[in-house]
Amino acid sequence: MNGAVADTAGASAPALPLRTRARRRADWRRRRLVLLLMSPWIVGFSVFFAYPLVMSAYLSFNHYDLLSPPRWVGWANYHYLFNVDPLVWEAVRNTVVWMVLIAVPCQVLFAFGVALLVARAKSGSGVFRTVFYLPALAPPVAATLGFVYILNPATGPVNVLLSHIGINGPLWFNSPQWSKPSLILLSLWGIGNTMIIFLAAVLDVPQHLYESAELDGAGPLQRLRYVTLPTVSPVILFAVVLGVIQGLQYFTQAFVAASIASGQASQAGDTFSGLGYPNHSTLFYPVLLYQHGFTDFQMGYASAMAMLLLVVSFAVTLVIVLNSRKWVHQAVPR
Amino acid sequence: MTSAAATTPLVRRRPPPHVRRKRFLVGVAQHSVLIVVAIAFLAPFVFIVLTSMMTTHQALSADLWPHPFRLRNFADVFSKAPLARWTFNTLVYSCLATIGVLVSSVPVAYALARLRWRGRDAAFMIVLIALMLPPQVSVVPLYVMWAKLHLVGTLWPLIVPNWFGDAFTIFLLRQFFLTIPEEYLDAARVDGCGELRILFTVVTRLAKPALAAVALFSFLYTFNDFFLPLLYVGENSHNWVLSLGLAQFRSQHEVQWNLTMAATVLVMAPVIILFFLAQRAFVEGITLTGVKG
Repeated sequence: MNGAVADTAGASAPALPLRTRARRRADWRRRRLVLLLMSPWIVGFSVFFAYPLVMSAYLSFNHYDLLSPPRWVGWANYHYLFNVDPLVWEAVRNTVVWMVLIAVPCQVLFAFGVALLVARAKSGSGVFRTVFYLPALAPPVAATLGFVYILNPATGPVNVLLSHIGINGPLWFNSPQWSKPSLILLSLWGIGNTMIIFLAAVLDVPQHLYESAELDGAGPLQRLRYVTLPTVSPVILFAVVLGVIQGLQYFTQAFVAASIASGQASQAGDTFSGLGYPNHSTLFYPVLLYQHGFTDFQMGYASAMAMLLLVVSFAVTLVIVLNSRKWVHQAVPR
Repeated sequence: MTSAAATTPLVRRRPPPHVRRKRFLVGVAQHSVLIVVAIAFLAPFVFIVLTSMMTTHQALSADLWPHPFRLRNFADVFSKAPLARWTFNTLVYSCLATIGVLVSSVPVAYALARLRWRGRDAAFMIVLIALMLPPQVSVVPLYVMWAKLHLVGTLWPLIVPNWFGDAFTIFLLRQFFLTIPEEYLDAARVDGCGELRILFTVVTRLAKPALAAVALFSFLYTFNDFFLPLLYVGENSHNWVLSLGLAQFRSQHEVQWNLTMAATVLVMAPVIILFFLAQRAFVEGITLTGVKG
């Protein structure tokens, strides 16, 4: 990226009048300044971003266990990934269907609804804003622990309260059917960031638009549909893209919930066990990648998984951003 | 628009009673929904705090209210687990990483926002791409690299990358630097200020709220981080940070939910206290991510 800048240095003709030479010197100093300011990122990008990507691509064609040198195996890792590994599709389905297709719309709708309510509150909107934002602050590990306790089937407060009104609560994190909804519930608890962004956008909608819509006879729902939604649609797009990206890297909550809930069931003493508990239902793609790469030390295979994740997350972001023109209202550039 | 308002001063008519009644009822309905949702949001905190003060036996019963309030649980957590050690490690990681992020990202963001050079847009695109890619994509070769340097098990693999620019911070700071009026910078230039001095005096001073927000985010991110510590120091319990220690706390103290919840409270507390101390910086930062993005 800086090659382009450096190239121009040699482009101009030699033997120049004094003024041009002074200008060239100024240009050169300017380039040096840019290079100096950019240098942390140039190093960071090369060492912690470009190199690992290239190396990941290379390792994905190798068998590598960290102890012996990498051994070239061609497409074997990919063959195993797409055709053999029984857990991959489970993990892909859990991640794509649950954490992207179900969780993201839930989070966005919920955050938007809460933001609308807070925006319309005549009194106490500051208090409400704080209350809805606080859970987003809770460290994920702590929040997950809290939820595993609150939803624990036997003595958890939620099931206790449910039993008071005569409902037999589900097994939550201990049931293959309920573990993912429990995780989504946990994620809905933490929508504070999205809510604040929506709230700022909703409050930013110019008041005169509402007034003229009202004069045209638009009811509250129509004002929401034809004034609020179009104006805040870029922010919604931003939230959706962010949600999808985070859904694809969903790891901590699933990992912690599974290890805590499984320890609760089996009373096993060893640290961090039970990935995907119960019954692979919380096995998400990053969790599986972690297991292959860093508990089984199949570095080559984990690299192949990483390449698939790279392609998918890149493609998904691209598709969303390119299609966004169709439904995101383009404001006149300010 | 303004001229019309100026010629005939508009007096807002009091709406008829049935309209007022309807508005009042809608307001009540909206507030009750808000209050119900707010209670649902607070309930987990309440249950966690209540349980953290129960006796071991009570935490395993269906009771919701602690009978004797057992505040000793919080002291017990410190004796049962090396919480002080984990806190120290967390602070080392968070503070060194946050300082590094600020020092390395400010100049990059400035070059991307306020200097004109060829390839700038391409460089910014690369920052955006780096921002969007999951960390799991590059984690295998990085782990191999740190393993070859014999630094797996130490906190260095967590800290060092932060000293070479963080994509999220660069993005946020660039957005903020774009909003600084050019006149301020030009005034400094006319006074004979070099670009570096402009950056370190004028810009950093004007961008204080943004820098505070970015520092907060970086601190919180590292404080909450679980994946990278699990990867690099998971095997060496001497270097565990709070998030790691908390995650396996329960497996060591099998059924003591009360102590586990006490530890959870102790880990949540600093973040929430920090929020109330620096509320403005938070809101500033969050709106910076969304609205101007």
